[in-house]
Amino acid sequence: MEFTREKRMKMRLAGDRRGDQYPHSLQFYQQPPAENISLAEFESFAIDRLKLLKVVENLGVSYVKGGEEYKNKLQQELRKLKFQYRALIEDDYDARRKDHISHFILRLAYCQSEDLRRWFIQQEMDLFRYRFNELTDELVQKFLKYINLSYEAVRDWTRRPLMVPSIGFSLLLSQIQVPLQDAMDLFRVRRVYLLDAFTYVPHTDMVAIVLNNFRTKLSKALALTARSLPAVQSDERLQPLLNHLSHSYVGPDYSIQKNTGKISIEHIDALSVKSFPLCMRQLHKALRDNHHLRHGGRMQYGLFLKGIGLTLEQALQFWKSEFIKGKVDADKFDKGYAYSIRHNYGKEGKRTDYTPFSCMKIILSNPPSQGDYHGCPFRHSDPELLKQKLQSFKISPTGITQILELVKGMHYQLACQKYFQLTHDVDDTGFSLNHPNQYFAESQKLLSGGRDVKKEPSEPENSQQKLSSQKSTNSCSIPNSSNIEGDTELEGLDAYFTED
Amino acid sequence: MAGFEPSSLPDLLPLYYRRLFPYGPYGRWLSYGGVVKNYFQRREFSFTLRDDIYVRYQSFASPQELEKEMQKMNPYKIDVGAVYSHRPSQHNTVHMGAFQAQEKELVFDIDMTDYDDVRRCCSSAEICPKCWTLMTIAIRVIDRALVEDFGVKHRLWVYSGRRGVHCWVCDDSVRKWSSNLRSATVEYLTLVKGGPDTVKKVNLTDPIHPFISKSLSLVEPYFREYALVGQDILGCRESWEKVVALVPEHILLLFTLLQEFPKKQDSVQRWELLRNKMDKHRVRNSPGRWLGSEIMLQYCFPRLDINVSRGLNHLLKSPFSVHPKTGRVSVPIDLQKLDHFDPFAVPTISYLCSELDTANEEEDGEKENEMEPMAKRRTRDYKKTSLAPYVRVFEQFVDEMDRSRKGELLKRSDLQRDF
Repeated sequence: MEFTREKRMKMRLAGDRRGDQYPHSLQFYQQPPAENISLAEFESFAIDRLKLLKVVENLGVSYVKGGEEYKNKLQQELRKLKFQYRALIEDDYDARRKDHISHFILRLAYCQSEDLRRWFIQQEMDLFRYRFNELTDELVQKFLKYINLSYEAVRDWTRRPLMVPSIGFSLLLSQIQVPLQDAMDLFRVRRVYLLDAFTYVPHTDMVAIVLNNFRTKLSKALALTARSLPAVQSDERLQPLLNHLSHSYVGPDYSIQKNTGKISIEHIDALSVKSFPLCMRQLHKALRDNHHLRHGGRMQYGLFLKGIGLTLEQALQFWKSEFIKGKVDADKFDKGYAYSIRHNYGKEGKRTDYTPFSCMKIILSNPPSQGDYHGCPFRHSDPELLKQKLQSFKISPTGITQILELVKGMHYQLACQKYFQLTHDVDDTGFSLNHPNQYFAESQKLLSGGRDVKKEPSEPENSQQKLSSQKSTNSCSIPNSSNIEGDTELEGLDAYFTED
Repeated sequence: MAGFEPSSLPDLLPLYYRRLFPYGPYGRWLSYGGVVKNYFQRREFSFTLRDDIYVRYQSFASPQELEKEMQKMNPYKIDVGAVYSHRPSQHNTVHMGAFQAQEKELVFDIDMTDYDDVRRCCSSAEICPKCWTLMTIAIRVIDRALVEDFGVKHRLWVYSGRRGVHCWVCDDSVRKWSSNLRSATVEYLTLVKGGPDTVKKVNLTDPIHPFISKSLSLVEPYFREYALVGQDILGCRESWEKVVALVPEHILLLFTLLQEFPKKQDSVQRWELLRNKMDKHRVRNSPGRWLGSEIMLQYCFPRLDINVSRGLNHLLKSPFSVHPKTGRVSVPIDLQKLDHFDPFAVPTISYLCSELDTANEEEDGEKENEMEPMAKRRTRDYKKTSLAPYVRVFEQFVDEMDRSRKGELLKRSDLQRDF
């Protein structure tokens, strides 16, 4: 549709109300959306925001928050996902509306447990902080007024000489007097002067005050949402989506591979050291050591092997040869365990071709108990044991410390990414880890020289050398993720999967 | 002071709870003027009875009912918890999730055990006059911050009965503080960080926040007497090596000190030497700039337990509760006489009971009016014992809150022209 310039102007003058609804590029999400939307839009908005928040999380650990790279990458992602990315654009209604609605939908999914709430609040705060810092001073003032957070500015210290703090702690000319409840994050680290229950906040630190307020409001809102959740969950249309969201994995599912049969059983030992994520390496070793794995381990590892290309015949041979070395005799294996392996490949029972577990699934469901080896080692292992294990794999002490830091911050997948970086000797994985088979695929790709290794500009020669020396005699190839569902397509990931 | 035997508690406690416990001011304190509906009724108490039986979620319709129950149960220990959304004794009838802690005093617990790495005279549950100074310093530093920085008006410091002190901050607004705000407050007040693995626990950087500089000026006057003389932290090789371990990066300084220390006579001289040498090595903005202060703070600065202060539902030992192991009563500390407070002079329950006996013998000589009401008789009872001055401090505290509350109400009614 084409509008002439005059017609467009008239539309605005005629009171295009859309602009009024979202006067700013950011908001406190205080009013829930009050319109009807289609289920499709509901779903796609939610998934897009989830992708956005995951990127926020990833960027927050890989780059300095607020640094140039961080800001650029985040802006890119906002544009890609069609959220508002610049403070000053006027006609941003659609993007702001999407932002508003998607936030509220995710509240429904993420209010349900303390862990989910904490994660959600953290990412929303980081996103908010980025947007707030993009505002000009003038827009900051306007926004503060809009959300009723204006405080008294203390401009003249000469009238209160007794209040001037002692030497060493400098005072800017203009400070804002903020009651201590509203400036918790500032006074707890003694970043501001505190006197008689008021803090004195320099203009430049106002973002912390606003964030504090944002966090408090969001935290309360989530608690309230949790209480009204039963009503929402009883809506059959929404319930599956909401469950899916908080456990979601938005990427390829590795259930169909074009190159099944290209892995040989003899190579699995070597592969487990070179290209398996830690969880699978651990499972493989336990299987070799004990000649047995319990059900949880068989599921997680078995499906993974299927995902990397092991055929049913190979799988049966592999597991049988190992179990026989243990306490199981051939007959018992054929009668019991073989059945469940065939089941996994969709050859028994209801014939579902089971998909290998994603990281989310491994981390969130079926925690291991004594005698189990499944689960995510970064999530489920005691940090001391994890440290020892990493040491035995000859990971550098600095690397181990970095991994443990990430584990402490509950960034389990990022810890695994770090493990990838350290074992493959790269600075940047170049992908966002969500699935053990993805780890394997990326590793294989890297080792066979199929991708640009991102190294610091100061050592271009070294990286080239390393790459060529890593061209191993690996006979494995990379599974292709052709089974991508429409909405859940992660842009850019396709580029990593090329046919040989 | 008469020796105290824990086994005598079952005999002493009934007497204590009938004749000595100051129910009057205690009830007035926790009622907070009766301004908020059912405030006292929704307060949780917990009792520890003999044989370590612990009962939680006790609540009472009135201070009188609390008194009767205490006299009936004779608890070994009484803890005070939060004011909940519903009466704690009925919490089982309330839908889970609806029963919430709503208000509580902001409390601090300073325990001598947390200083074990820096005191040489005692360890664990022991205390002595030498290390008690740490509590004095802690009270001075924290109290100043509470009053000046946080604007607190009503706070009570209490001796815990064995090895530490508690603080109860009772301002109306503070009782409503969230858990997050309480945490933030403890963080603000914390300078000593790190567990047994951390050698250097205090690290100062420019600019120095006024909280730190003001606290330093409160700590300094005590340092010489407490650390150099009392604790003798540079008295022998073993101890001065610990101090010097806090100076790791400055190899030259370290070496010089280790060489020169043996030549000096005592801690005082060695500290002199240390300060002189540090001055020489001091460069503006270098990491070593605040070393002297960092050492002082590591040895003297208050150490708070964040878990006690953070949770609204945390239960803390009540003032005037008896410590079951030492027999000492948890008495309020008179801030005006802080430097003279002697934890070993705090009366034990056995001493108080024996004082009562002696007093009664004297009175039997005179004719006592048996028609006197119980309450009045009891008011006279504690006055006959060493508990009197402590109850007076408590009464002053409660009176001050009453006065301040009346003042607030007057102000408000004036504003509303409500004559």
